[in-house]
Amino acid sequence: MSFPLLTATAVLPAVGAIATAAVPAAQRTAAKWLALVVSLATLALAAVVAFRFAPGGARYQFTESHAWIKDFGVRYELGVDGIAVALIALTALLIPFVILAGWHDADPMETGSRRWRPTQGFFALILAVEAMVILSFEATDVFLFYIFFEAMLIPMYFLIGGFGDHAHEHGEQAASTQRSYAAVKFLLYNLVGGLIMLAAVIGLYVQAGNFSLPEIVQARANGSLHMATGTERWLFLGFFFAFAVKAPLWPLHTWLPNAMGEATAPVAVLITAVVDKVGTFAMLRFCLQLFPEASKWATPVILVLALISIIYGALLAVGQRDIKRLVAYASISHFGFIILGIFAMTTQGQSGATLYMVNHGISTAALMLVAGFLISRRGSRLIADYGGVQKVAPVLAGTFLIGGLATLSLPGLAPFVSEFLVLVGTFTRHPAIGIIATFGIVLAALYTLVLYQRTMTGPVKTEVAAMPDLRVRELLVIAPLIALLIFLGVYPKPVADIVNPAVRHTMSDVHQTDPKPEVEAAK
Amino acid sequence: MNPVNYLYLAALLFTIGATGVLIRRNAIVVFMCIELMLNACNLAFVTFSRMHGNLDGQIIAFFTMVVAAAEVVVGLAIIVSLFRTRHSASVDDASLMKL
Amino acid sequence: MENLIALLIAAPLLGAAVLLCGGRRLDAVGHWIGTVLAAASFVLGVVLFTGMLGKAADHRTLTQHLFSWIPVGGFQADVTFRLDQLSMTFVLLITGVGSLIHLYSVGYMEHDERRRRFFGYLNLFLAAMLLLVLADNYLLLYVGWEGVGLASYLLIGFWQHKPSAATAAKKAFLVNRVGDMGLSIAIMLMFTTFGTFAFGPVFADVDRTGQGKLTAIGLMLLLAACGKSAQVPLQSWLGDAMEGPTPVSALIHAATMVTAGVYLIVRSGAIFNAAPDAQLAVTVVGAVTLLFGAIVGCAKDDIKKALAGSTMSQIGYMVLAAGLGPIGYVFAIMHLVTHGFFKAGLFLGAGSVMHGMNDEVDMRRYGGLRKYMPVTFVTFGLGYLAIIGFPGLSGFFSKDKIIEAAFAKGGTEGWILGGAALLGAAITAYYMTRVMLMTFFGEERWRNAPTPSPAEPSVEPAAETRGEHAEPHPHESPGVMTIPMIVLAFGSVFAGGLFSVGDRFLRWLEPVTGHSEGHSPVSALTVTASTLVLLVVGAGIAYAQYGRRPVPAVAPRGSLLTRAARRDLLQDDFNHVVLVRGGEHLTRSLVYVDHTLVDGVVNGTAASVGGLSGRLRRLQNGYARSYAVSMFGGAAVLVALTLLMRAV
Repeated sequence: MSFPLLTATAVLPAVGAIATAAVPAAQRTAAKWLALVVSLATLALAAVVAFRFAPGGARYQFTESHAWIKDFGVRYELGVDGIAVALIALTALLIPFVILAGWHDADPMETGSRRWRPTQGFFALILAVEAMVILSFEATDVFLFYIFFEAMLIPMYFLIGGFGDHAHEHGEQAASTQRSYAAVKFLLYNLVGGLIMLAAVIGLYVQAGNFSLPEIVQARANGSLHMATGTERWLFLGFFFAFAVKAPLWPLHTWLPNAMGEATAPVAVLITAVVDKVGTFAMLRFCLQLFPEASKWATPVILVLALISIIYGALLAVGQRDIKRLVAYASISHFGFIILGIFAMTTQGQSGATLYMVNHGISTAALMLVAGFLISRRGSRLIADYGGVQKVAPVLAGTFLIGGLATLSLPGLAPFVSEFLVLVGTFTRHPAIGIIATFGIVLAALYTLVLYQRTMTGPVKTEVAAMPDLRVRELLVIAPLIALLIFLGVYPKPVADIVNPAVRHTMSDVHQTDPKPEVEAAK
Repeated sequence: MNPVNYLYLAALLFTIGATGVLIRRNAIVVFMCIELMLNACNLAFVTFSRMHGNLDGQIIAFFTMVVAAAEVVVGLAIIVSLFRTRHSASVDDASLMKL
Repeated sequence: MENLIALLIAAPLLGAAVLLCGGRRLDAVGHWIGTVLAAASFVLGVVLFTGMLGKAADHRTLTQHLFSWIPVGGFQADVTFRLDQLSMTFVLLITGVGSLIHLYSVGYMEHDERRRRFFGYLNLFLAAMLLLVLADNYLLLYVGWEGVGLASYLLIGFWQHKPSAATAAKKAFLVNRVGDMGLSIAIMLMFTTFGTFAFGPVFADVDRTGQGKLTAIGLMLLLAACGKSAQVPLQSWLGDAMEGPTPVSALIHAATMVTAGVYLIVRSGAIFNAAPDAQLAVTVVGAVTLLFGAIVGCAKDDIKKALAGSTMSQIGYMVLAAGLGPIGYVFAIMHLVTHGFFKAGLFLGAGSVMHGMNDEVDMRRYGGLRKYMPVTFVTFGLGYLAIIGFPGLSGFFSKDKIIEAAFAKGGTEGWILGGAALLGAAITAYYMTRVMLMTFFGEERWRNAPTPSPAEPSVEPAAETRGEHAEPHPHESPGVMTIPMIVLAFGSVFAGGLFSVGDRFLRWLEPVTGHSEGHSPVSALTVTASTLVLLVVGAGIAYAQYGRRPVPAVAPRGSLLTRAARRDLLQDDFNHVVLVRGGEHLTRSLVYVDHTLVDGVVNGTAASVGGLSGRLRRLQNGYARSYAVSMFGGAAVLVALTLLMRAV
């Protein structure tokens, strides 16, 4: 038996989480370093997975399969396709930056507050989230996936509710209230989604008799498992609802601005760049593969919802007064693009959507983390409290601008590639939707540049006059992310090559082929 | 003798016990009524055991006795401590379990 | 040979990377690094040019395939460069004028503490612009297209502490984004129609597809061109873009970037040739803009904004020519090149004037400067003569050809377009003469008004960066600034003649763009003669107004048209009321909707569940007996149900 690489990739951060939590209270710095080292080791393992993955090989690679709950046919079944590999790599890549960016976020406060902020807990929770997210990317057993899909809510709940920044316009008390509201809202939304999915998971078991994704897909393909149209649609909706909450899709999005606004910047990155990706990933892996006919049936409605997300999220981002909420609404707009690409049912759309997940993760991390550094300096999240930062902290402003440019999908940076692929993929099948979605790029420029203008340019406000520029630790977080944004914008081929075969499989699962170009059709 | 008569007796005892639990306020009496219900059940178990010709019912009766004994210990302790704090053994005085 | 193409882009890109990441260490030498790398790119361009001249006209196209960029299914985007006569022309213009302006900026930005960054941005611009003209497919062109937009954004807002500069930068980027939308839709249309967006295959398949699709692609490309080249209706950003340092206005907002739209249309000639409706739209946009820009140029008192109006108008000429099809393509590019020389020269001259006048931009506070700035006066004057089309100078040849070609379109359209172009020539003569007279002739109005005019708040912070307010002491600029002006003046004088003698330029470009002679209803001589007459009339009116009479130091109220023209013919006001205000209301109401309606539904559900549970909890009265009753009741119901089920 070969080395269980996938299990190791997930177990390592899980063990790291326990070890970090067990570090004595006085040894805070040791806990931080331990968490950082574990996350880097996980990154190394993920890199091994990515480099040993053969794009032209079997659909699921590094597979592991063990019986778990025999009576219900639940198996511990892991396996990754190209899409999962890309997302595991993204997750493993972002966590060290999240840890490094949040280095001081969970330090106990010197005076005043009675709230004890356990540093060990903070970093252990981050690693726990990483372990569960990686496992949900790896699981090919529906039930196994469901468990981690739900279980990651618990550490996230504590991360949002337990650790916020002190920047709040109405003081610490209000911040605490807002924070618990946000955490509960996050939990409730996702639990409701998960509950409905659980019903669908059970329904699927009743229909199929097991939980194994590859087996069910094969059985459906060769006709040995027939589902009535109505049943398939209900099951699809059950799955989709949970993923749409997590993604989040309009109108199920309102938990995200609260959660991202109240959480610290690294946790906000964890939410939008890592945890939310499980939702869109699962649409691509479970919704489309398990229920191809129902997916096609629901496509028009989903495309319209995604389109609303794009425009609505962007418009709301324009209207925000709070930097973090602005980024949150921008993310809603971007998730609209991802879902649009997935349900455009073209290779460009789906490859683009997968690349989009990766690129959005990196670009939002860059923008949000710099925003976090900015907020920690001034102690306010309000855009109006800043002005002229460019003059006092040019490096901070420059990195903020690059993060913003990535968010508005400037060509040459990674998000452009994916956004254009999604637009092209949508356009070939649904020209009208493609054109309306293109308005999103103008709105993206609007909210990004307005944010930059109001915070960074103009006369220097007295409150920011003494603001220090980026420190070494902060630069260490941002510089690699920016380098990655540029590299993936200029040379996205390695990622595209890994993703493309997986997308081809998915496309054949839903019995779809790309529309032929007009000229070729005429020949 | 027809074993069904024992069942009638068990039902009678159970009803008496249940009525006592519902209408009496004195905790000790309520407690004794609960014991009465338990023993009615035991009687029914033993009867069924006899009727079906296997020992399952008798075994369960033993279990019930053990549980009842444990329950008496805990229950009496609660009642005694209640009496100490409130100087009354009325169950209506202990109505704190509400929102 | 073709392996050198990538180096053209790599040199300035390297410069940008080094200068922007290098930190303060490079402050002392940064500007020279930037200038040398720009010049290196120019030298490389010249090497490639001589190599190209050595080949037969039909074998001059070089391509260099670097790597596969985005391969997804049928969507194959490569990083491939294509150097043919058209892109060669642009390469020389961009790197040549670019190098000169780098040199000029060494002097102009001498006292700016962020000079290193300025050169980094300039190099970034060169790299992006070269990428734009060297790309072999539309998607790669799009990268350059937005890249120059970014560089333009950074440079317009270079003095970011001025709110007006930051706003102007943002506006330029946003308006350009609207145009970019057109380009991306055009690429998507090409992909669905042709299955590719590389130049060669698309142009080869043009005749195999329907006219409707081609018209749509053409119109979308036109939208893109309107954004980048500041054509009506997306022209509003160019005037504000003058907030940037003057070398930027010269390089980006006069000579090169704003002409990218013309490049796009000429490059896509095959598509436009097959879509007459789109072509008509292009000519209409060009004609409207050339008049619009000229009228705006007449009313502005800010020397840079007057020149910006002129730029708009001249690019209108080019777009008009590009819309005429094969009869106009060559002349569009020819005017583009000559315009690159004289307009860059004019802007550098304006910059030199501002440099000597404490950054004053209001022409009403100039006057009589020819004595103090002889070199600037002469070079500016030659640029002036070139732009109005003085016989023998560059503008005369290129503009005349465009007017002829407009008439040659034939029919009513030909008459209207030709008439507009002629009228434009007259107005050009008027506003340029006005600029010339107000700046270099007349009384020395700056003596009476030592403080900057309060009407121009933008002046203030600029002055703050480079010195205090003081009475201006007009002086000639240093050699590092005047040399580029002199070189450009040479170009303004001789380029047109050099290109036109023996139709050199035509024969050079023809293999790429194609050319056909139109049949003009009026003879070339008539056109030239009437152009000259109108030129004299326009200049004469300007002389009567600004040469014979003293110019008031404070602008008179003016007629309704003048006031409208000062406000960019109310286009900005329209944008403000409809788009900005409307958008604000929309977003504000959406924020409200999101909070009360979308979130409200959820919070309402939570509240009603809470209310229900509040009522239900009354059942929990704390009395053990009532709990016992409900238990017994429940048990009784269960037993009853079981029995009932049995019975059924």
